[in-house]
Amino acid sequence: MDWINAIVQGTLLGGLYALFAAGLSLIFGVMRLVNIAHGDLIVLAAYLGLSVSTGLGIHPLMALALVVPIMAAIGYVLQRGILNRTLGDDLLPPLLVTFGLSVILQNALLEIYSADPQKLQAGAIETASLQLGPLALGYLPLLMFVCSVAIIAGLQWMFYHTALGRAFRATSDRQDVAQLMGLNRAHVFGLAMALALAVTAVAGVFLGIRTSFDPSIGGGRLIFGFEAVIIGGLGNIWGTLAGGVVLGISQSIGAEINPGWQVLAGHVVFLAIIALRPRGLFPRMD
Amino acid sequence: MPDPILEITALDAYYADFQALYDLSMHVMPGEVVAIIGANGAGKTTLMRSVSGLIRNAPEAIRYRGEAIGALRADQVAARGIALVPEGRLLFPSLSVEENLLIGGQMHRPGPWSLERIYALFPILQERRHVPSTALSGGQQQMVAIGRALMANPDLLLLDEISLGLAPVIIKTIYEALPGIVGQGMAAVIVEQDIAKALSVSTRVYCLQEGRTALEGRSDVVTREAIAAAYFGM
Repeated sequence: MDWINAIVQGTLLGGLYALFAAGLSLIFGVMRLVNIAHGDLIVLAAYLGLSVSTGLGIHPLMALALVVPIMAAIGYVLQRGILNRTLGDDLLPPLLVTFGLSVILQNALLEIYSADPQKLQAGAIETASLQLGPLALGYLPLLMFVCSVAIIAGLQWMFYHTALGRAFRATSDRQDVAQLMGLNRAHVFGLAMALALAVTAVAGVFLGIRTSFDPSIGGGRLIFGFEAVIIGGLGNIWGTLAGGVVLGISQSIGAEINPGWQVLAGHVVFLAIIALRPRGLFPRMD
Repeated sequence: MPDPILEITALDAYYADFQALYDLSMHVMPGEVVAIIGANGAGKTTLMRSVSGLIRNAPEAIRYRGEAIGALRADQVAARGIALVPEGRLLFPSLSVEENLLIGGQMHRPGPWSLERIYALFPILQERRHVPSTALSGGQQQMVAIGRALMANPDLLLLDEISLGLAPVIIKTIYEALPGIVGQGMAAVIVEQDIAKALSVSTRVYCLQEGRTALEGRSDVVTREAIAAAYFGM
């Protein structure tokens, strides 16, 4: 029974990892930008959730109504103000600039919020659970998982059935020809980053409700996000969800065997999948 | 005499570090079809890329409806009603045939062209509208590229080497469709290697040679000798 429980809890955790990964995947898919600061942006969103919910005295999930648009605005300005200038044939400049951004974010958060661990208080829902036979499913992890699946389904639909998604795919294919169609590359990229950071806002607040956080944990979230993207197969949005779930299950089974093995088990499964299927479990069909 | 829709004055354009056009001047009247001919490397594609904004130049060098557009970005030029069918077609591989057409019309400029009109012009595209654009034959891809440009309802259509690499029977089909396209009052500039084809569809012709205008004239009166002289610089 413990094993089934581990798999179920791991699956629910995987939804959160899929949200970490969805933003990364979107950014890489549209503009071939590897965002090293992604984990720190998740932590930034958690701190924004903290400030909004304690400042206004509202529930952290209600705080999303402000954190999501704030993160989206930060994304648009960041892309148009800084990151667009780094994009070109060379992958290195955006890598270096987002690395620098990561350092700046960590230190700014440390300066403002100190190194003390924080947590978003979600109240009674944190401990409430749904009893399914011998399994106890926490309402909060369940809610987060459902939200993650809904967000990923929404991204998938947006990508393949809306004019904005079409613009993203066209710009990703051929930037100069997309420009001929009247699409301003700088603006399209700004919108992609805004959308990615809106998803990141949800991921950050969920993270902050689930566990305690401090300014230094961004790097670890970045790794989980990368691993979920790669396990699922680059460029496949549903694959990203699968990748997150595989990673979540691996971690919780690892923890079941030995509490010290949680993170390690995730990395080992990631390496095994890379070795056996270098393009991930569900590479995009071309 | 009405004002030209497109007026190029003393254009010097660069392709990377290499100067491809020298002091080039030309004009296109509203509703007119102008052909550009010339050997490989004469600067024809650089000219198309300059007008469409893919290469940025001095603002005053290119005027469209009286406005200096030489330094505008390609999306700003497109919004003003200039559409390019690029050399090599350059469709969006992740998009289906219909999505390629829809993205051409994403500015929602009013005009006669719609998905229905494109499908009426090239019925094969309707049949294949949900296939990825990469699954089409070269000729069908060229139809999509032309349809994609028309979806923008341009007032000036630039066609760059639309017969390049296609079978003669396909070229014939596409050229038979051209009068129906440009007969609507739309002006067009056609870059074409096949001189006979270029002359048959155009009212005037410019021959470029090493980035300069070597010949300009009415398509129905220029002589083969004059073209040969302009083409090869003899």
